Amino acid sequence: MAKYILKRILYLFLTLFIIATITFFMMKMLPGTPFSNQNRMSAEQLKIVKAQYGLDQSVFVQYIRYIGGLLQGNLGTSFQFNNEPVTALIGQRLAPSMQIGAQAMVVGTIGGILLGALAAIRKNTWVDTLATFISILGLSIPSFVLAVLLQFYLAYKWKIYPVALWDNFQSSILPTLALSALPLGTVARFMRTEMVDVMSSDYIELAKSKGNSSWGVVAKHALRNSLIPVVTIIGPMAVSVMTGSMVVENIFSIPGIGEQFVKSITTNDYPTIMGLTIFYSFLLIIVYLIVDILYGLIDPRIRLGNGGKE
Amino acid sequence: MDKILEVKDLHVDFDTYNGVVHAIRGVSFHLNAGETLAIVGESGSGKSITVRSILQLLAKNGTISKGEVLYHGDDLLQKTDKEMDKLRGNKISMIFQDPMTSLDPTMTIGKQVAEPLLIHNNVSKKDALKRAEEVLRLVGIPNPKARMNDYPHQFSGGQRQRIVIAIAIVDYPEILIADEPTTALDVTVQAQIIDLLKELQQKIGTSIIFITHDLGVVAGIADRVAVMYAGRLVEFGSVNDIFYNPQHPYTWGLLDSMPTLDTNESDRLNSIPGTPPNLLNPPKGDAFAPRNAYAMEIDEEQQPPFFKVSKHHYAATWLLHPNAPKVTPPASILNRYEKFKKLGGNVK
Amino acid sequence: MEQIPQIPKEKFRLIHDENNKDQEKIGTPSLTYMQDVRRRLFKDKVAVVCLALISIIVVISILAPIIAPHNPNAQQVTMSNLPPKLGNLNIPGMNGYQNMGGHMVDAYKQADAPKGTFYILGTDYLGRDLLSRIIYGTRLSLVVAVLATLVDLLIGVPYGIVSGWKGGKTDTFMQRIVEIVSSIPNLIVVILMMIILKPGLTSIVIAIAITGWVTMARLVRAQTFQLKEQEYILAARTLGEPSMKIATKHLIPNLSSTIIIQTMFTIPNAIFFEAFLSFIGIGIPAPNASLGTLLSDGQKAFRFLPYQMWAPAIILSVIMIATNLLGDGLRDAFDPQSSEN
Ligand SMILES: Nc1ncnc2c1ncn2[C@@H]1O[C@H](COP(=O)(O)OP(=O)(O)O)[C@@H](O)[C@H]1O
Ligand SMILES: [Mg+2]
Repeated sequence: MAKYILKRILYLFLTLFIIATITFFMMKMLPGTPFSNQNRMSAEQLKIVKAQYGLDQSVFVQYIRYIGGLLQGNLGTSFQFNNEPVTALIGQRLAPSMQIGAQAMVVGTIGGILLGALAAIRKNTWVDTLATFISILGLSIPSFVLAVLLQFYLAYKWKIYPVALWDNFQSSILPTLALSALPLGTVARFMRTEMVDVMSSDYIELAKSKGNSSWGVVAKHALRNSLIPVVTIIGPMAVSVMTGSMVVENIFSIPGIGEQFVKSITTNDYPTIMGLTIFYSFLLIIVYLIVDILYGLIDPRIRLGNGGKE
Repeated sequence: MDKILEVKDLHVDFDTYNGVVHAIRGVSFHLNAGETLAIVGESGSGKSITVRSILQLLAKNGTISKGEVLYHGDDLLQKTDKEMDKLRGNKISMIFQDPMTSLDPTMTIGKQVAEPLLIHNNVSKKDALKRAEEVLRLVGIPNPKARMNDYPHQFSGGQRQRIVIAIAIVDYPEILIADEPTTALDVTVQAQIIDLLKELQQKIGTSIIFITHDLGVVAGIADRVAVMYAGRLVEFGSVNDIFYNPQHPYTWGLLDSMPTLDTNESDRLNSIPGTPPNLLNPPKGDAFAPRNAYAMEIDEEQQPPFFKVSKHHYAATWLLHPNAPKVTPPASILNRYEKFKKLGGNVK
Repeated sequence: MEQIPQIPKEKFRLIHDENNKDQEKIGTPSLTYMQDVRRRLFKDKVAVVCLALISIIVVISILAPIIAPHNPNAQQVTMSNLPPKLGNLNIPGMNGYQNMGGHMVDAYKQADAPKGTFYILGTDYLGRDLLSRIIYGTRLSLVVAVLATLVDLLIGVPYGIVSGWKGGKTDTFMQRIVEIVSSIPNLIVVILMMIILKPGLTSIVIAIAITGWVTMARLVRAQTFQLKEQEYILAARTLGEPSMKIATKHLIPNLSSTIIIQTMFTIPNAIFFEAFLSFIGIGIPAPNASLGTLLSDGQKAFRFLPYQMWAPAIILSVIMIATNLLGDGLRDAFDPQSSEN
């Protein structure tokens, strides 16, 4: 297990390195200077600014510097926002993003597990149909559409929630709901399939033949066995929550990383885009790693097997 | 002898996409206290469904449309779910075919073996686990104390089947239903499991219904044998009756397709040609007729009733009707009749 | 049991083997696999409804130039932000009236619209007909989805087949690439691609396809691995049939269910990505309409003119729901065991 984790961490750095490299050269391929939107500068000024950002050096030197910086935890400096370092930018904006992201994951996962389990237990009844319908809605309606609808009806029209203000927990409810729909739908479907599968397996039959009540079978055997594989989709769900957060933060004016990312894209703030890209990748790869380790810890077949899976 | 279980005129239907499958079409048999009854038949003949009906462990699309299952004279089909739960794993327990998939992969075997005790008896977890350990030793798991916290995948197939057996007997059931417990295992392990079952029967005095599609396994364990085909019994009697005085052509076919030690054929051959009928539209007459070299016109028109061969030996074939022509069974069966005479039997 | 039935003797004539053949004909007629799949699919009501909805949407998109009542990009500033109106039918919400300062006024009259002018779904802030924009927008979104799916197939299927078929070192190497590509969050790649490429249809398709093929390749590889060991394929191999022929004659038909099902999940994914990119402003450039740009425009005015967002939101959701459900239906039709019990 330890060897496996070590290998995975090594892979993590390799992947990050590849992402950083790709990002760097992609940004270099962009036509014109990154300052083209500030073309009131004279040639003289431009030269000074370029030198200041190290852009007068050869691409290779810039690349080495960039990677060197990354190794020291330096994600570069924003062209906008008073030349703030990207890491500082992330530092200020991490908390709100993490809060709604984590809340959405928790709400989505738990809700999805309950919904999926219910559908599987009451398979082919109206409960199943309703649960399937809800999860399809969650899967199909993009979070930004949901966000706008929630905001309009709950905040503007019926005035149940405060409008686009980021201050307390209450203001995080709507964005959390909007973001949790997709994980809820995904987990519910996955859970239902897993559990239907488990419920028809031989060991469930054996559990029944031991004299367990139907509830006992579910509680003691079916739930745990169907829950374990759900862990594997936490990674992909984190990706979708992250995707959603970019627009949802925008719609609800939440000062988070997603909102920043979109802003940087529309203002061509390349260093910030690069920095955030690498940061996002880092975050996701860490999530994948944790999920993998977690899976190994809770599934005895992997935990006790020799080495990891695959 | 006490009949502890009696199944009467059991009918089971399955609702399927293509229509209703009449999987069991009037099966009756009984089980005496302390004996081992074997049910044999090709796969798909309805053996599992028959015994699952006893515990009411059918798939959701299956219904018992008719019949009685009398346990000490009480009809189990009239019991509530709760009452059935009390019997399962306690008075009547079951061993399934595939030990590789019958155990919960995420639960330690100690807990799995102790589970029936915790469900049915008012015991502490500690006592239940202690009991589980004893039973694991009884079924031949070496060093059970150390292995209580292991998971199923850490055991071999034979060991897993021993664990499944431990689960089934942990609460000293009156009736043990073993549904092809050896089919998934290799030959040497098969023999060990059969020996174990016999030994356990001695020790805890349980009655056993033993299901198999392989007559070869039967001789070593059963007192009586029931032969099943296409959802009905076709012949039943003592082991000697079935092995040395078989009357139904289907039984002949089964015996011929089994590798035997007494007759000098060592290789497994002569599997019965043809396939079982489709039970969506069960045939009007004898379901075996299309595959039967000795079929008569009456076989296609009317189901044969059971004809009495000897006191406890019955067979459902028109060949036993007084008007039927005298047919000569295959040579291998005639050999068996010879042996039966030597055993002091009375061949018809 | 004891009573012996009286039956005439002639009934006991032995039948000889020749007559023993027709029993097996009883039962369900055997259908070919594809017929069976189709039959199961058409028995699934949800799938049929979804298929019908998708067909209608596709037909309307294809016939857009004929069906759309107006030019989707023609601006008419005097007619801006008119609410929906359906002829002279006085249906509330579809009668051209708008709430202004507390009471309902006829927005068409205020805009001095010529008599008989009406826009079924209203107009946007530049006076463009929303219905026409939605028809064309759906068309564009579908084109993105279809192209992205095609690229997906063209890369993913051969990649998976080669990887699975060759096995060994080739497979290991190809799987390493898949591993690395799939460990990079696809959204990031898509966004990076969109930034360096010029916004537009091609860029979106490339951006989506560049990460999308991985899933397809994985599924196809796994299936190829299994198929490779099947007897008829082993036979074809020992007979020396060329690989290309084996692939087209034996592999592809057997892979078709996997491919079709996966495609049904690629399409909504592509539609979502287009909408997402257009929504944050790096997708389809103005003035062209796509479901994403319509949503983005609609969102800006949603507080006061909700109808401008509702229509594209509903269409987008319907397409997503229908394709997802149809994908489910297809999976059940191809693999009935998965839904039974
Ligand atoms: N869930 C089910 N749905 C439909 N038919 C079933 C189902 N379970 C069993 N059957 C039918 O019942 C018949 C008997 O099955 P089974 O008792 O498992 O046979 P055996 O145990 O003798 O091999 C089979 O031919 C099968 O077609
Ligand atoms: Mg069976």
